[in-house]
Amino acid sequence: MNKPKLSVRQVERIFTGPKGEKTQALLPVDYQVNENDFITILGPSGCGKSTLLRIVAGLDQPTRGEVWLDGERVEGPGADRGMVFQSYTLFPWLSVQQNICFGLEERGVSKAAQKERSDYFINKVGLRGFEHHFPRQLSGGMQQRTAIARALANDPKILLMDEPFGALDNQTRVMMQELLLSIWESSRKTVLFVTHDIDEAIFMANKVAIFSARPGRIKTEVAVDFPHPREYRLKTSPEFMALKARVTEEIRVETLQAQEH
Amino acid sequence: MQSPVTHAPQEPSESVQREPGPLPASKKVWHNPMMVPLRSVPSRQRWFLGFCFFVVFFVAWALVTFTGVVSPTFLANPASMLEEGWLLFTQFDFANDIGMTVMRVLGGFVLASIIAVPLGIVMGSYKLIEAFFEPFVSFCRYLPASAFVPLLILWAGIGEMQKILVIFIGSFFQITLMVAVTVGAARRDLVEAAYTLGATNRSVVRRVIIPGAAPEIAELLRLVLGWAWTYVIVAELIGSSSGIGHMIVDSQAMLNTGQMIFGIIVIGCIGLLSDFLFKAANRRLFVWSAFK
Repeated sequence: MNKPKLSVRQVERIFTGPKGEKTQALLPVDYQVNENDFITILGPSGCGKSTLLRIVAGLDQPTRGEVWLDGERVEGPGADRGMVFQSYTLFPWLSVQQNICFGLEERGVSKAAQKERSDYFINKVGLRGFEHHFPRQLSGGMQQRTAIARALANDPKILLMDEPFGALDNQTRVMMQELLLSIWESSRKTVLFVTHDIDEAIFMANKVAIFSARPGRIKTEVAVDFPHPREYRLKTSPEFMALKARVTEEIRVETLQAQEH
Repeated sequence: MQSPVTHAPQEPSESVQREPGPLPASKKVWHNPMMVPLRSVPSRQRWFLGFCFFVVFFVAWALVTFTGVVSPTFLANPASMLEEGWLLFTQFDFANDIGMTVMRVLGGFVLASIIAVPLGIVMGSYKLIEAFFEPFVSFCRYLPASAFVPLLILWAGIGEMQKILVIFIGSFFQITLMVAVTVGAARRDLVEAAYTLGATNRSVVRRVIIPGAAPEIAELLRLVLGWAWTYVIVAELIGSSSGIGHMIVDSQAMLNTGQMIFGIIVIGCIGLLSDFLFKAANRRLFVWSAFK
């Protein structure tokens, strides 16, 4: 067994409300992600899966526990963990290209090298010809493609994705899944992907981590062994359906439990 | 494999199970196309309508003055107003007065902006600094600039410095607080995105917070410039030997309402012009913020 890329150790999160009331968002979570894994974290809304991702990103501090990435403890946000958010977080005053170069500029990469990298990733996410558009001139899907390119251009050790396609319409979402998967198949960048969409979770992942209802913890892990490259037809295959039925059952228990609270 | 989970069936009461009775028929509504709320107007039509009201205004003014309903002692008619205006330029060097007033407004406003905008940005970004300055600045904001005029004459005499200081006091605290509020409303998700791209605290302020707030800061500066115009006249009403405000006070002593009204209209025109230029500059500088 090789050393895990990312290791979440006894991470627990308790939110304190304005009147001092405590809400346990995460029970102590232990989880390990290996190099080149594509993990999807699946759970009902409000289960704490995004909280876990934000803690890994360093945008939120765990009440207890630690996150380690490549043998280094995570203390705060950093360029080694790229993130794509559900909301559109492109800088509206920067063009597509300038957005993609944001992290590179921060590192002091030369203009020529910035251009080379941004051109490569713009091409990769299929945005050639839109380099000089402003985010608000783009559709939601194109904005998220830029956000993916922006995160990848920075060459993070791990890519964190918080329901990145959650705000997109269904057809666009399916296209985006295929796009992201094809990028992953060629680069095998380690990905941690939060979603509440069961199809998406299974289609993309090699492991699906299923979250319990709040207080959240990782209830089970389901291995997805479909070979790569995967294409959209996989979603209608009997094997996929069988796995989906199993995962749906697991999630349904949690969703019902969440509604009772 | 787990057994399927379903909701526990509840026994609903009889009244819930009965289908509700019929609603009254829905009415067909006619919407007046001229008066649809929030519907935009073509730009030519907008200009035309805006111009029309000026015409209405001058016609009404001409009517009440030429017919003698209002005595010329209180309100000059438009023709004598224009005549007085001509005399002002040709015999009383009114262009110089206008120049002085514009210089004072710009001087005080630019001085206030140069200090207040950075201070506001720092306050809005760093809550520790905001906690230190905010209560005092809020307090100063409510000190009326015009009340400082006598005190400023004592401190700075009746020279240019005094006029500029009145405008400075009137604008500085307003700009500071408004900038701080604007900057404090920066989008948290953009700040977080910047951190995940490796930004430092400083570069978050420099590369995310400032550019994000810039269009709104420019817009509030435009607003405050309008207020600065009222302060300059107040400053010029007392202890001044030049400027539009000074001219108005002089005309009052001679009951020359034509000159007074002309002065006020000139101020309105300059205000309109500066507003127009400011808006045009903002549109050019912040092209991105026009996209919706």
